[in-house]
Amino acid sequence: MPILWLFLIVSGIAIAGYYLGLTRVMRSAGGDRRHMHSLPSYYGGNVAIKAAVPALLLMLVWLLVQPMIVNNSVSALIPDSAIADSSSRGLVLSEVRRAADGMDRALAQGTMDANMANNPQADPDEVTSRLQDAGAIVTSQITQPVLNAAQSYRMQNQRGNQFMSGVVIVLALLGALWGLRGAQADFRARNVVEAAVKMLLIGAASIAILTTLGIVLSLVFNTIEFFRLYPASDFFFGTNWAPSFSGRGGSSDLGVLPLLWGTFYISLVALAVAIPIGLFAAVYLSEYASNSVRSVAKPLLEVLAGIPTIVYGLFALLTVGPLLVSVFGRDGLGIMQAGTAVITAGLVMGVMLIPFVSSLSDDIINAVPQAMRDGSYGLGATKSETIRQVVLPAALPGIVGAILLAASRAIGETMIVVLGAGAAARLSLNPFDAMTTVTAKIVSQLTGDADFASPEALVAFALGMTLFVITLALNVFALYIVRKYREQYD
Amino acid sequence: MSDASLSSGAAPKPRGKSLLVQDARTRKRNAAEKRFRAYGMTAILIGLFFLVVLAVSIIRSGVPAFTQTVVDVDFTLTQEQFTAAEGELFKTKAYEGLLIEQIRDTLEARGLEVAFDAGAIERLLGKPGGTLREHYRANEQDLGSPVNFKLAAASRVDGYLTGRVTREALQDSRFMQASDLDLIDALVSADIITRAFNWNFITGADSGVDNPGGAGIGASVIGSFFMMLVVLALSLPIGVAASIYLEEFAPQNRFTDLIEVNISNLAAVPSIVFGILGLAVFIQFMHLPQSAPLVGGLVLTLMTLPTIIISTRASLKSVPPSIRDAALGVGASKMQAVFHHVLPLAMPGILTGTIIGLAQALGETAPLLLIGMVGFVARGYPDGVLAGFTEPNSAMPAQIYTWAARADASFYEKAWGGIIILLIFLLTMNIIAIILRRRFERRW
Repeated sequence: MPILWLFLIVSGIAIAGYYLGLTRVMRSAGGDRRHMHSLPSYYGGNVAIKAAVPALLLMLVWLLVQPMIVNNSVSALIPDSAIADSSSRGLVLSEVRRAADGMDRALAQGTMDANMANNPQADPDEVTSRLQDAGAIVTSQITQPVLNAAQSYRMQNQRGNQFMSGVVIVLALLGALWGLRGAQADFRARNVVEAAVKMLLIGAASIAILTTLGIVLSLVFNTIEFFRLYPASDFFFGTNWAPSFSGRGGSSDLGVLPLLWGTFYISLVALAVAIPIGLFAAVYLSEYASNSVRSVAKPLLEVLAGIPTIVYGLFALLTVGPLLVSVFGRDGLGIMQAGTAVITAGLVMGVMLIPFVSSLSDDIINAVPQAMRDGSYGLGATKSETIRQVVLPAALPGIVGAILLAASRAIGETMIVVLGAGAAARLSLNPFDAMTTVTAKIVSQLTGDADFASPEALVAFALGMTLFVITLALNVFALYIVRKYREQYD
Repeated sequence: MSDASLSSGAAPKPRGKSLLVQDARTRKRNAAEKRFRAYGMTAILIGLFFLVVLAVSIIRSGVPAFTQTVVDVDFTLTQEQFTAAEGELFKTKAYEGLLIEQIRDTLEARGLEVAFDAGAIERLLGKPGGTLREHYRANEQDLGSPVNFKLAAASRVDGYLTGRVTREALQDSRFMQASDLDLIDALVSADIITRAFNWNFITGADSGVDNPGGAGIGASVIGSFFMMLVVLALSLPIGVAASIYLEEFAPQNRFTDLIEVNISNLAAVPSIVFGILGLAVFIQFMHLPQSAPLVGGLVLTLMTLPTIIISTRASLKSVPPSIRDAALGVGASKMQAVFHHVLPLAMPGILTGTIIGLAQALGETAPLLLIGMVGFVARGYPDGVLAGFTEPNSAMPAQIYTWAARADASFYEKAWGGIIILLIFLLTMNIIAIILRRRFERRW
């Protein structure tokens, strides 16, 4: 039974329960709502919540757990001898899943009958050809163990789904009965419903924790897996990045240093563009600009922050890169080889960061108390002297926080460097060289055809971990500085 | 004031301290003041200059994607020709021959003499026979009467007309030969080659790597649409529920602090990390289908949640406490006060924040790269509403990236065109958000 139908049935039970609860409590109160403890809708809601929430929760957990159990038991069916040298257990398992999906499809289209799909003695060659007739994507010849595993996978999933549907519906009905028992006039329905709603609210708020947990766990497990295949010291201190996809294992150099250098170099160029422009813009907007200029210029600058990064990436690749090449390239100064370079990505990223620096600094400068400015004017300082010697020093911690936030943004930026910085990992000081970054390599390692169990793909998780730790540290530090500064004037 | 100094004999020395005459130091300070101000102005102007350059280059490079070069021919096929062509072994070849005759006749009727062969037509039009055959097989009633066909020309024809391909730089290849350019010139002067609005770009699906002319963004717009449905359906209720808890009910304790720290950190986690999360949890662990809008929507939901929570909390906070007090005062429970009074009053702000969050999610690319929305060629629309969520599809930004990463430079134009469409969507959403805010925002 499709999940959607199950969901609809449970919802139907909940809705029916709502109205049953209403009528039942009305009857128990003799048709007079003044005899009830709560408003009638709470009695209905009580039934609906008790019917739907436990059933849906069970369904969610079941859906998460069942694939794990089925995968384990299917995996045990495949002997080690059935796994070719160039393959891995994960690849064979995904072939099993594909074959099982293909069987479902073939059954739906009628090119295969149920007998063949379930018969363990079926001829693998014939099954393969039937699957290909049905348009299922089957890599090659299905072998006997894969066929049996696929059949068992289908069986277990089918049985699991039927069982789940039954249990969930029974649970929904039981919940509804439990709720209906409470549909009496003296039942404190409002308190129960509100407690349940509050639990839901807490659950929603906890999703932030779950997300962080999910990020950390998925990074940590895969990173540990990577370090099992590739020495951690070589990863952290290696100066050469040369993954190889042809030869499996051993022949790849996966040193993170060139990537980190590329990341920091590009971010540095970006900040060198964004900090002066953003800071001066913030000072002008908060101290000099008239209200009308401010109301036009500030939103326009902030448009730069609202533009998707893919647009900046394309801008770097197709506009800024060729422009820089025409000036610094072979026809000009001759120091730039190709349009994708540190300077291209850095410049464009700098433009993207201008509004980050300017809006945050603008807020912080505005938060400096007017009394401090007035004091400075009273001593005869000009406006610019006041800004340089009083306002900016007072706002400095906040501005540093803003710059750190911009830096963390620059380090985590992906699309601009994927399109604008090139793909070659190198340790070089020349900003006109193509370099690459941590984020760009995460993308290229995970979008290839590599097997997920190979170190060449798993390295992306170690890179992600590095990136996550660096940006997290920068963010925490920046927030700490900003918060500490705020305490001074509030 | 004594005369003693005057009587000392020397003429009184003016100390140069007239208020009307600036001394060197004042002049320096004033110049520094002006310079400083000019720096600020320059910074703003540079920022705006970049904005203008960005806008101009998007529009200039993207607008050509909305038109295409077409070969506009009136073609008549009789019943006998149809039967004869269908009887041949190479059916599309037969149609092509008929088309070539038609073009030759038209050119002769206009008095233009150009020699060309079937190869030239194939280089210009790809394989037009198939299109013709499909049309007539589907609409047999058109047989015998003239039908107007607008056949898309090859990208190099486009390039020649826009100046990207020049006669001097052209090397004879299987794509185009120098003699073809004469034919193009003749066809242009006969008004057979014209430019037409490229509906296919807006409504069509992606073509393969070898056919930039036929690539459209329509299928990925649908992909993005389904993704946004998922994001809206999940992030709005979850975000609002979380904000209500944190703003109205949460006690001051460790758990609440933990949630708050997590939210503020998640807001600053690089988007690519969410892609890694999606890949590891949704695809590797839960085995949800790759490249599906459902997975993309889930990842983007987790990414937008902090944004929505932050803006929702701000608008809940802006509802004055007197509203809550009044509700509590007439006997409402705390939950009733929040859901019946505070939430409706905060709704415009919440919706504004949600729309802005959705706009952010719509333009986000990096996480989509990791869950396999790139590299998948979205060749068609999904079959139905359910399939729209689970069938592999592309999304607008992912499609733009795919085009930008292809080797053929004619796809770049498509990428810019795609950006125009993406920005139109973003602009519309932001304008709706602004209107909502202007209309319904209440100042207390």
